[in-house]
Amino acid sequence: MSALETVVRLVQLAAAACFVIGLHLMNSPRTARRGNQVSMGGMAAAVLSTVILIADRGSMTTTGWIVAAAGTAVGGAAGLYAARTVKMTAMPQLVSLFNAVGGGAAALLAVHELINVIDPDLVGVQTSLTAGLDIVIGGVTFTGSLVAAGKLQGLVSGAPVVFPGSKVVNALLALAFLVGVGWIIGDPSSLPALLLTAAAGLAFGVTMVLPIGGADMPVVISLLNAFTGTAVAMAGFVLESTVLIIAGALVGASGAILTTLMADAMNRSIVSIMVGGFGTGDSAVAVGAGGDASVRAVSADDVAIQLAYAGRVVIVPGYGLAAAQAQNEVAELAGILKEHGVDVVYAIHPVAGRMPGHMNVLLAEANVPYPELKEMDEINPQFPQIDVALVVGANDVTNPAARRPGNPVSGMPILDVDRARSVVVIKRSMGKGYAGLDNDLYSDPRTGMYFADAKAGLAEISSAVKSLVG
Amino acid sequence: MSADLLFDLTTFVLAVLVGFEVISKVPATLHTPLMSGANSIHGVVIIGALLITSSAHGVFDYILAFVATAFAAANVIGGYAVTDRMLEMFKAKAAPPAPGRDDQTGDRG
Repeated sequence: MSALETVVRLVQLAAAACFVIGLHLMNSPRTARRGNQVSMGGMAAAVLSTVILIADRGSMTTTGWIVAAAGTAVGGAAGLYAARTVKMTAMPQLVSLFNAVGGGAAALLAVHELINVIDPDLVGVQTSLTAGLDIVIGGVTFTGSLVAAGKLQGLVSGAPVVFPGSKVVNALLALAFLVGVGWIIGDPSSLPALLLTAAAGLAFGVTMVLPIGGADMPVVISLLNAFTGTAVAMAGFVLESTVLIIAGALVGASGAILTTLMADAMNRSIVSIMVGGFGTGDSAVAVGAGGDASVRAVSADDVAIQLAYAGRVVIVPGYGLAAAQAQNEVAELAGILKEHGVDVVYAIHPVAGRMPGHMNVLLAEANVPYPELKEMDEINPQFPQIDVALVVGANDVTNPAARRPGNPVSGMPILDVDRARSVVVIKRSMGKGYAGLDNDLYSDPRTGMYFADAKAGLAEISSAVKSLVG
Repeated sequence: MSADLLFDLTTFVLAVLVGFEVISKVPATLHTPLMSGANSIHGVVIIGALLITSSAHGVFDYILAFVATAFAAANVIGGYAVTDRMLEMFKAKAAPPAPGRDDQTGDRG
């Protein structure tokens, strides 16, 4: 190993350490930004050292340099533009897209290695097996993430798309990529084997994500993130690059943890989500205000009085709030109440929003200080002392039916909103949540239903409170 | 099993365990930036993309290398930028009041 190569390997080791330290610093909002910068610094050093090594070897042709520079410029500009301009509500789509391209790039590395095999006998199983897995996993992530992004963006129906015989198709595809990987191991230079594997992976990504409903997106995005990490680690095996293996393994682990957390928060097994069927997407059935006689409809003025004379208020934001882009309005209302001496915090369910922790980002964007965002386990014991729980665009995560067996949300951890002294729900209509279930909370005598769009309704309440206390 | 493969496997398994250990301590508040940050880390695949570009010959190889570099660059540059943008918003205190209201002396002394 040349001196330069040794230095480059050491720099890459330092970069891997930076990734770990960066992730470690993410465990507090105070240090998280620095953590990301540490990780970024490690990445820059690793990339730069690789460029120097390639230049020193002299193996890169002029065309190669031009291709690399052009690719970096085009991709980098597109990524930077998207990162700068994306709305925080659209964050899950963007993360999915980055996931897709990362997985795609990882798969292409293995494709390149396989089509350039000169003597198949010299390719060890560790290379052919990991190359095959890289192509399958990378392919699944590429199309799967694109479909997920399309669903989140509303380009593809958010409802589960189930076609007859889909299970048979999935089974055949699974068989196809098993055969493909086996074939690649048998003959690493075989083009048909490569094509079969790639096609099966790409097709499986589509058929895997299409039947999954919009409500399950936090799980799907986490899972695809884990897949990309694994694909990158496999590419590391193929190219014998330690830093790729470490980085890929770290991301794979993070994706796996988040997937489990999300699935637990919905009390659903990952398998049942993959099989699909439950998340019926955004199905707000428009029934007019007061369509159900057993609920108590209230006006903005009623809500304003309740809030202004409360001691402690908990705001429970759900996806409806994000969909209505009402995060600024809710922060404004909270600000007015706090000025008036009301204690206001937010209760965040783990699956509120469209990806893990999404609601926290939306509220951070609206300048809500993070100490006011309470996790479920922290806030639940406090609900009996809460004067008003204000539920905005959240449904299933507040449904007390989850405590009873025998319904789709049974066993799902919920926010104990019904234990608060009084409840106000802002909702467009009596439409059901993803689970397609009536929410007992709404017919509770202590619950007032304020039928309005989240954004307009909150603004309405804010001005009512202002005129009351101002 | 070759020594190289054994070494790579060891690295892989230990890195997975480190990942579990480090990430399971991240609070739910930061899960979106965490995922987006992890996402940028797998942008390290750009190193692989550069390596295949350096050994490319022929038009198809270069096309492959171009697509891989572009994909990886979008992943790594966009990923870090958007994570930073998100984390910048996380503040422990509400944004300071508008200028001209700094006569409040609440935290003095």
